[in-house]
Amino acid sequence: MLKSFADYLVFVAMGLDPKSHLGAALDFFVYDTVKIFLLLTTIVFVVAVIRSYFSPERTRRILSHNREYVGNVLAALLGIVTPFCSCSAVPLFIGFVESGIPLGVTFSFLISSPMVNEVALIMLWGLFGWKVASIYIGTGVLVAIFAGIVIGRLKMERYVQDFVWEVKVGAAEVPEQTLKEKLSYARDYTVELLKKIWPYVIVGIGLGAFIHGYAPEDFLVRYAGRDNPFAVPLAVLIGVPLYSNAAGIIPIVHALMEKGLPIGTVLAFMMAVTALSFPEAVILKNVLKARLLATFFGIVAVAIIVVGYLFNAIL
Amino acid sequence: MKIEVLGTGCAKCKTLYENTKKALEESGKSAEVVKVEDIASIMKYGVMSTPALVIDGQVKFSGKVASVAEILGMLS
Repeated sequence: MLKSFADYLVFVAMGLDPKSHLGAALDFFVYDTVKIFLLLTTIVFVVAVIRSYFSPERTRRILSHNREYVGNVLAALLGIVTPFCSCSAVPLFIGFVESGIPLGVTFSFLISSPMVNEVALIMLWGLFGWKVASIYIGTGVLVAIFAGIVIGRLKMERYVQDFVWEVKVGAAEVPEQTLKEKLSYARDYTVELLKKIWPYVIVGIGLGAFIHGYAPEDFLVRYAGRDNPFAVPLAVLIGVPLYSNAAGIIPIVHALMEKGLPIGTVLAFMMAVTALSFPEAVILKNVLKARLLATFFGIVAVAIIVVGYLFNAIL
Repeated sequence: MKIEVLGTGCAKCKTLYENTKKALEESGKSAEVVKVEDIASIMKYGVMSTPALVIDGQVKFSGKVASVAEILGMLS
């Protein structure tokens, strides 16, 4: 239905030729913009309501009863539903470690929470389809479990900033919200989020549409195709500084995939954008010494690169 | 009455601080509004997502920016 709306608007109402570059690009732009904003509004709202049932305080209680392995799996899964904002990374980290949650389990949460976020999922689902979105969730959770277990095995507790071990977390209960409060919170959250990301989404879809309409087929295969062994690590390197613009980047990546970028490279790039970011590194520097911070980034980067190669090889 | 806004200095924390001051002004009550940025002091309240609002030592909410109207309700 959306497709016929876009086709009607561009080809009939505006009278553009479907075979022209401009017509193809504009049709793509209208269709993607309407679809993405419909998805964003509904799903972000629903996810915000679901998330209000999983406070970080509750997640901490669940995880503090679990040790390694089971804890890593649970932490990675809870990371999907527990609300997380990088500005809360410090109190969250201290709260987890203080309640006796192992360091590796804490990292499983810290990796999965930003990586498997609703905006990235909606954009992936809307543009690439549910299969790619599910592969992204699945491998994202696996990367979080794996990286958390490795960090736990390395016994790096002494590379946590010393003051963290001295902080005493109070027992004060954070009151449970009523359903009405949850709904109004979800509405405000959706409005706030849309206000923040809409320019990136529009610009992203616009650039994607431009690539779709104008870039030659197989344009990328020569540079970033399956045969270039450096494409995956390079995609990860490029992804790290792009964090806050995840919503705008996905449409561009989608258009690039149509022009020959293989799926593994796409996944690796997306994961690097969401899971590894400079602002988060700066924030985590408050609680982690340089060596643990570098180890964290290194292990996650390696895991993401492996995912990239794997999917380039099998799909 | 003592009002504390807990937050490590992110944009949301500043918005909550502003909203709280506005709400207090509208309520006509007199109270001290303090911005708590020290992480150890924040953690004492058992809060793990910022910003959070504490009135007279009691955590009212955490991890969101409440509107002026909502805070007004909590003040009375």
